[in-house]
Amino acid sequence: MDLSAINPVLLVASLMVAATPLLLAAIGELVVERAGVLNLGVEGMMIVGAISGFAIAVETGSPWLGFIGAAVGGAILSLLFVVLTQVALANQVASGLALTLFGLGLSALMGQSYVGIKPPAMGKLDIPVLSDLPVVGPILFSHDLILYLGIALTAAVWWMLKYSRMGLILRAVGENHDAAHALGYKVIRIRILAILFGGACAGLGGAYISLIRVPQWTEGMTAGVGWIALALVVFASWKPWRALLGAYLFGGVTVIQLNLQAAGVAIPVEYLAMSPYVITILVLVILSADKSRAPASLGRIFHASH
Amino acid sequence: MSTPLLSIKGLTKAYPGVVANDNVSFDIGEGEVHALLGENGAGKSTLVKMIYGLVKPDSGTMSLRGAPYAPPEPRAARADGIAMVFQHFSLFDALNVAENIALGMENPPAMGDLAARIREVSETYGLPLDPFRTVGDLSAGERQRVEIIRCLLQDPKLLIMDEPTSVLTPQEVEILFQTLQKLRSEGTSILYISHKLEEIRTLCDHATILRLGKNVGECTPRETSARDMAEMMVGTALKTPQRAGRAFGEIALDITGLSVPSPSEFGTSLKNLHLTVRKGEVLGIGGVAGNGQDELLAVLSGEILTAADAVKKDGQPVGRMGPTARRRLGLLTAPEERLGHAAAPNMSLTENALLTGSVREGLESNGFLKWAETRDFAERIIKAFDVRTPGPENAARSLSGGNLQKFVIGREVLQNPDVLVVNQPTWGVDAAAAAAIRQALLDLAARGTAVICISQDLDELMEISDTFAALNEGRLSTPRTTTGLTVDEIGLMMGGAHGMEVAHV
Repeated sequence: MDLSAINPVLLVASLMVAATPLLLAAIGELVVERAGVLNLGVEGMMIVGAISGFAIAVETGSPWLGFIGAAVGGAILSLLFVVLTQVALANQVASGLALTLFGLGLSALMGQSYVGIKPPAMGKLDIPVLSDLPVVGPILFSHDLILYLGIALTAAVWWMLKYSRMGLILRAVGENHDAAHALGYKVIRIRILAILFGGACAGLGGAYISLIRVPQWTEGMTAGVGWIALALVVFASWKPWRALLGAYLFGGVTVIQLNLQAAGVAIPVEYLAMSPYVITILVLVILSADKSRAPASLGRIFHASH
Repeated sequence: MSTPLLSIKGLTKAYPGVVANDNVSFDIGEGEVHALLGENGAGKSTLVKMIYGLVKPDSGTMSLRGAPYAPPEPRAARADGIAMVFQHFSLFDALNVAENIALGMENPPAMGDLAARIREVSETYGLPLDPFRTVGDLSAGERQRVEIIRCLLQDPKLLIMDEPTSVLTPQEVEILFQTLQKLRSEGTSILYISHKLEEIRTLCDHATILRLGKNVGECTPRETSARDMAEMMVGTALKTPQRAGRAFGEIALDITGLSVPSPSEFGTSLKNLHLTVRKGEVLGIGGVAGNGQDELLAVLSGEILTAADAVKKDGQPVGRMGPTARRRLGLLTAPEERLGHAAAPNMSLTENALLTGSVREGLESNGFLKWAETRDFAERIIKAFDVRTPGPENAARSLSGGNLQKFVIGREVLQNPDVLVVNQPTWGVDAAAAAAIRQALLDLAARGTAVICISQDLDELMEISDTFAALNEGRLSTPRTTTGLTVDEIGLMMGGAHGMEVAHV
C-alpha cells in the first residue's frame, strides 16, 4: 500500500470533474422541484443529453455545439414530460419513471453507430501565470469551461431564488399553486419553463460525462448519476449551495476511493465502492436537520378549475 | 345621485349543469360598505371572481366609475384599484410576510422599503404585523391581516372580502371591523360577503341578496331584521326550531372532578370540571374559542383517556374506554373540524359513513366490510339531512362546508345515540341548514337522548339548550337553566366569575 502515490492537488482537481455532471443535473432538478414538479426522469434526460451531445460533437467536430445540442436534447425529452404532466395532467412519478426508461432506450438506439469513436477534445482554461501557479493553478484555473459553468449556474440559481422576483414567483408556484393562480400567475407556463430548464441542465450533465469525463459513448454510461442527483436535491434541502457541497463531497469520495483502490488499501472493494453514497447521504442528512422542508405543492397536479 | 363606483349589469355565468349567476345587476357606491348575502352555493363567490377577473362572464357588463370594465385577469383588476381578500387565504406558508405581500403587487419596491411600508400601514390601521415572520407560523387572524395589508398597499378603491370573519375569534373580528370602518371613512368601498347576518347589520350600508344565482332583492341592513334577511336568502319563511316541552329522565352522563392537561402545547387544560346531563336534556356549553372546548370534546369522545370514574355513562365508568368502545355504549361525538377530524377529506361519503357508523349500524362482520349496507346508510344520511351532493361516492372534500357539516352531524344523529356531543354544529353553515341541524338535535332530545352542544354562537345555545354553562380557561361554570338567564349573567359566566368570585367585581 502506498498512499503517497495520491497527489492531493490532482485529487481535488479531479473531484471537481467527477462532481460536475451530478451538480449540473441536481441544479436543474432543484429548480424544477422548487416550482413544485417532481421529475424523476433526470437519468433519462442525462443519457439522451449524453448521446445528443456526443453525436453532434462528433459530426460537427465542435464540442461547444455538442454541449448546446445536449442541452437542447435534454430539453426536448423533458418536453415529453411537460405534455404528460402539465397538459394531460398525468401522475408525475409514473411519468418521470417512464421518461427514464424511454430515455435509456432512445439513447441506445441513437448511439448505435457511435460506439468506439473518440469525440473532439474540449479546450481547457489556460491563463498565463494563473494556470501555472502551484496548487491553486491546477485546482482553480485549468479546467474546461463547462465546469465553471456548473459553478456559475449554482450561484445564478441561488441568487435568482433568493433575490429576484422571478425566483419569488417560482417559489410561490411550488409552495401553493392554487394561491399563485388566484393572484394571477401562470402556474403551468412557469412550470413548463422550469421543466425545460431542468431538462437542459440534465442534458449538459450527461454530455459532460460523454464528452469530458469519459470521452466516449457507451450504452447506459450515466450509470445512475441522475438518481443520485434526485436524492441530492432532497438531502440538500432544495438549497443550491448545499447541492454543490453534496456533489463535491460525492465526487470527492468517489475519487478518493478509486485512488485508495489503486493504492491497494486493505479494505474490500465493495465497501470502498459504496462509501460515496453512504458518506454523502450521512453528511446531507445531518445538514438537513434544520426546519427546511419540501415545497408544499411538490408533485401535486395543478388544474385551474375555477 | 353620482356615478356609482362599480355598476354591474346582467352578469351571467353558467358552468356545465349549473347556472352560477343569472342576470345579476347591482351598484356599489363610493365609500359604501355593500353586503353580498346568500346561502352556500348561491353564486356569491363566482360573482366576485368575475369582478376580480378570475372568471369571465358569459354575458353582461360591468362599469367602473362610468367606464367599461372587463378585467381579463386579476392583474388588470388590481391595476384598476380592485383588491380581494380571499375566504381561503391565498398565502404561501413557507414565505415570509413581506414576500407574500410582494407577490400580490405589480411593482413591489425593494424588500427593505416594502417592510417599512408594511410597518407603516399596519400601524395606521391598527393591524400589528412583523414583515419578516414566516406566514406558516401566524394565527388565522394574523394571516388575514397579511392579505388585508397586501390589498391596502395598493390603495384600492374597492376591497372585496369573502367571508372574512369565519376563521376569526371575536376579538379579531372587533379589530377587523374597526379597520374596515376606518377604510370607509377614507372613501374606500367594500364589498362584504357573508352569511352572518348580525355582522352585516352592524357593518354594511346596503345589501344585495342572491339566491340560486339570481339577485332576489336589496335592502338596507340597519333597517331590516336579521330574520327578514334570512328569509330573503332562503326564499321561504324560516322555521324556528320547535322545543317540545319534555321531562328529563335519569342522569345519562356524569363528569366529576375532571382535570386533564391539554395534549397540545397551545391548548387549555381542563380544571376540576363537573357536569351532568339527563336523558332528554340539551346542555349548551358556551365560551370563547380556545378555553378548553376541544379538550372537553376529546375527553368525551375517548381521544383523551382519564381516570375510569371521572366520566360515567349511565353510572358505568367509561373514562378508560377508547372511542369505539364508547360508541358501542351509545356515547357519540361530532368534532368541530369538519375536514380532517370529523371526516377524512379524500375518502368518499360512504367510507366516511363507515368510519364512525360501523359499530352501531353493524356495517362489518368478522373483519369484512358490508359495502351495500354502508352505502344505504350514507344515502339515508344524505336524504334525511338534505346533503347536496351527486351521490355517496363523492369525496368528502368535494362538498361545501355546510353540506359536509350536515353530513357529519346527520351521521351521528341517525345512529340513535344515548348521549350526543357536538362541537360547533352550525359553524360556517347557512341559515336554513343551521335551522335544520338545530331541529335535528332537538328532535333527538325529544326522543330521550342527552345532548351536549358546545358552541360559540350564543343565540344558538339560547335557542336549543335547556341548561347553559360556560367554559373559561378550562373551568366550567355551574350549569344554569336557560330560561330566564340574562345577557349579563351569561357574560359573567363566560368572563370567569365562578359563583363566589362575583363579590370581587
